[in-house]
Amino acid sequence: MNKPLRRIAIFCGLLILTLLIRDNWLQYVQADELRTDENNRRVAIERYASPRGDIIVGGEPITGHTTTKGDFKYKRTYKDGAMWAPVTGFVSQAFGANQLESIEDGILTGNDDRLFFRNTLDMLTGKNKEGGNVVTTLNAAAQKAAYEGLKKQGGKGSVVALEPSTGKILALASFPSYDPSTIAGDSLDTDAEAWKKLQKKNNPDDPMLNRALREVYPPGSTFKVLTAAAALEHGLVDDADQKTDTPLPWIMTGTRTELKNDGDLPCKDATLREALRVSCNTVFGKVGADLGNDKMLETAKKFGFTEEQFTPVRASASVFSDNMEPSQVALSSIGQFNTAATPLQMAMVSAAVANNGTLMKPYMVDELQAPNLDTIEKTDPETLSEPMSAKNAQILQSMMETVVNDGTGRNAQIPGVTVGGKTGTAQHGENNSKNPYAWFISYAKGDDGSSPVAVAVVIEDENAVRGDISGGGLAAPIAKSVMEAVVKGKR
Amino acid sequence: MSSTTNPSTQHTSTIGAIGAPSRRNTELALLVFAVVIPVFAYANVGLALDDEVPAGLLSYGLGLGLLAGVGHLAVRKFAPYADPLMLPLATLLNGLGLVAIWRLDQSELLQKIGQAGTAAPRQLMYTAMGIALFVGVLIFLKDHRVLQRYTYISMLGALFLLLLPLVPGLGRNIYGAKIWIQVGSFSIQPGEFAKIVLAVFFAGYLMVKRDALALASRRFMGLYLPRGRDLGPILVVWMVSILILVFETDLGTSLLFFGMFVIMLYVATERTSWIVFGLLMSAVGAVGVASFEPHIQQRVDAWLDPMKEYTLSRAGVGGHSEQAMQALWAFGSGGTLGTGWGQGHSELIRFAANSDFILATFGEELGLAGLMALLLLYALIVERGVRTALAARDPFGKLLAIGLSGAFALQVFVVAGGVMGLIPLTGMTMPFLAYGGSSVIANWALIGILLRISDTARRPAPAPAANPDAEMTQVVRP
Repeated sequence: MNKPLRRIAIFCGLLILTLLIRDNWLQYVQADELRTDENNRRVAIERYASPRGDIIVGGEPITGHTTTKGDFKYKRTYKDGAMWAPVTGFVSQAFGANQLESIEDGILTGNDDRLFFRNTLDMLTGKNKEGGNVVTTLNAAAQKAAYEGLKKQGGKGSVVALEPSTGKILALASFPSYDPSTIAGDSLDTDAEAWKKLQKKNNPDDPMLNRALREVYPPGSTFKVLTAAAALEHGLVDDADQKTDTPLPWIMTGTRTELKNDGDLPCKDATLREALRVSCNTVFGKVGADLGNDKMLETAKKFGFTEEQFTPVRASASVFSDNMEPSQVALSSIGQFNTAATPLQMAMVSAAVANNGTLMKPYMVDELQAPNLDTIEKTDPETLSEPMSAKNAQILQSMMETVVNDGTGRNAQIPGVTVGGKTGTAQHGENNSKNPYAWFISYAKGDDGSSPVAVAVVIEDENAVRGDISGGGLAAPIAKSVMEAVVKGKR
Repeated sequence: MSSTTNPSTQHTSTIGAIGAPSRRNTELALLVFAVVIPVFAYANVGLALDDEVPAGLLSYGLGLGLLAGVGHLAVRKFAPYADPLMLPLATLLNGLGLVAIWRLDQSELLQKIGQAGTAAPRQLMYTAMGIALFVGVLIFLKDHRVLQRYTYISMLGALFLLLLPLVPGLGRNIYGAKIWIQVGSFSIQPGEFAKIVLAVFFAGYLMVKRDALALASRRFMGLYLPRGRDLGPILVVWMVSILILVFETDLGTSLLFFGMFVIMLYVATERTSWIVFGLLMSAVGAVGVASFEPHIQQRVDAWLDPMKEYTLSRAGVGGHSEQAMQALWAFGSGGTLGTGWGQGHSELIRFAANSDFILATFGEELGLAGLMALLLLYALIVERGVRTALAARDPFGKLLAIGLSGAFALQVFVVAGGVMGLIPLTGMTMPFLAYGGSSVIANWALIGILLRISDTARRPAPAPAANPDAEMTQVVRP
């Protein structure tokens, strides 16, 4: 009987061997895949096991943390959450993270590879893991001015402010907004309920939409600044005060449709300066049609259109179409038809003009810090493109300053500060049935000719009386207060 | 079949020449380790969870030490030549199981859903009952051959135990498998006891019938085909295991019993054809039942695609469970060296985390290294069992020992394989490790019987009685 017994012994040995092989497969070969699986709750437990690093504005953290019950130990808190939400995004135990909280998650949780050596040391010395900080370029006073301005105005809208010489984002506001603190936990009663209420399908205001970066609006007349730049750059016009050959009324090229101005404006053969001051559709429409699709598109692209921007939070691509009829180019050149831009994009246009024709890449993360505040990475300003020559930029500046001093943008005047700007009132909806968007883009200039701030403001107020909406009336005051906040801080 | 007449077994250590050492002191030394290691593990859990040595350390250590001591003394007194490894191995596994159960008791999540909290003290009580039964077996079972007398009573007893969960009002359906009965506040898994009783029946039956089964056969295509009437018993056992599969919907229990029978049949008859038949029949049975039994189908689906099962369960679709995937994540998160005691999150398995799925806790917290060591402990128990079978001097003892060891090995394979996603999940538990009275008590009895057989096998043969004629016959007189 012993021979089969030995065979059974071998069989039992094989059973155990199979288990050992399977165990090696599971815990060695597949281990990493299983450990880092998104659905594996340990990933989230680990993420919330140590206090998250902070997002910092002007030396002060705008985030914090608090302990919670359950297996997630720490929860994110936000100071002035609604105001800063377009900058921070959210991080939630139940709903993940987005925007800056998601992009810099490695640094904030301390899991980034660049912190590996430090973490290993901490582990050996028995210190708890900590997250690093993200230092932003934002300006608290400008952000407050922007958000308060939007809030007071009451309609949906957005403000972006840039530092033209570097591309630093100084303000990034969106209204209505939401407080990410309310969805930071994982409680079914409070957080899940709050989350549900914030979703677009339950809330037509869509408060979680980052309008500054992710919404594209027809830019309306503010786009004329870009069209003027194209005219100067492509040599169609050499000077701000040179008369253009513009009939009034102007029938759009290749059509029998007249392009109308908004009111009875002195636009016949108007100079670019005059056309920008009173916002002539005919002049800029004809400039666009004369330049043609390719040249307009070329300039628009140089200003950043058609490309997504990474600040590092992604901003949607702004639109300027290709393969259009001349009449469509004309409409596009006054910021209508398909043309659409994010508030960030229009701030970039204004900033490029203010920075003497050099467009800097917009960014909002100045520095990544290790938990002990050592710098891990610092962002250097980077030139994105040179959409126009310094000379042409200065011509355009003088035109935009005329708009503020003596034209539609008077509401943005700041005593003692040179301000250039452009209003816009963009039509939208079928047959312009919906209330238009009110735009204002501007920059402030110091005595030395350098510009500390460029701003774009857009208001989409569906409840406002149609006549009230004009960039100068609704948007310019907000731009003014944002510029004032920056200029005051500089002094 | 003593050592002197069978040279092929002479080199095995359990076969001693006359006057072989009893090895009781070896057992005692190993037992010290088997108690100290779990005590350290227990302290480790407390330090990891609360930064302090747990308050119950002393009583727990004393409790386990006392039980091991009682077991040891009983062996020393009633089975002095028994195998020295099995008691320490079982004690170690039982002790580590207690630590893991206590560790899961500390989980707030499991406390909240009523899956843990006071399991460890109860498991300690079950262990005491198990040791008591173990001692009882050693005291009252002076010779395992006595069991031979109860062959047919055992058959009835085993059938009774197996069918108990089907009695209305008594049986309980836990996640689809009906292998439990409820008596008062206790739930009992009769299958664990049936395993032993059935082994007794098979051993007794096959010992008697082995010659008929082995010799009366026709050769066909290289296989010895048994006569039709000899096929009867295997067909009956096959039918019973199919019935278990159909009515109790547990693949593991069914596989265990049929597998045990085929192993014993093979050993008894030395005919490979039985293995072929056995494999064919179990394949036909399993596939056949799976084709119409939804619970088995679902287990198979969950095994093939645990992630889908997890998603369905998360989406709130009834009848699905995320356990399988959670167990895989636990193993994966443990990696090579594990998180360390108390620092894993195996409570995420929720239901049955401390019983069917306890291996996942070991996998996560002790890692690949720890789990392999644990599996090797099981391998050692099986190996000692097979050794005992080899050493046994009577065919009944051989069959009983290989039946019990084989069943033990199959159970370890079916449970560990199920939890690790190697085969579909079943409702059985890891012997000694898992929380559950039936399993612990029955397996201690199993170890007791194996020790009794090995004691008989290793016991020095009584000195030959003096033959009064010896001297006479040697005297050659002219």
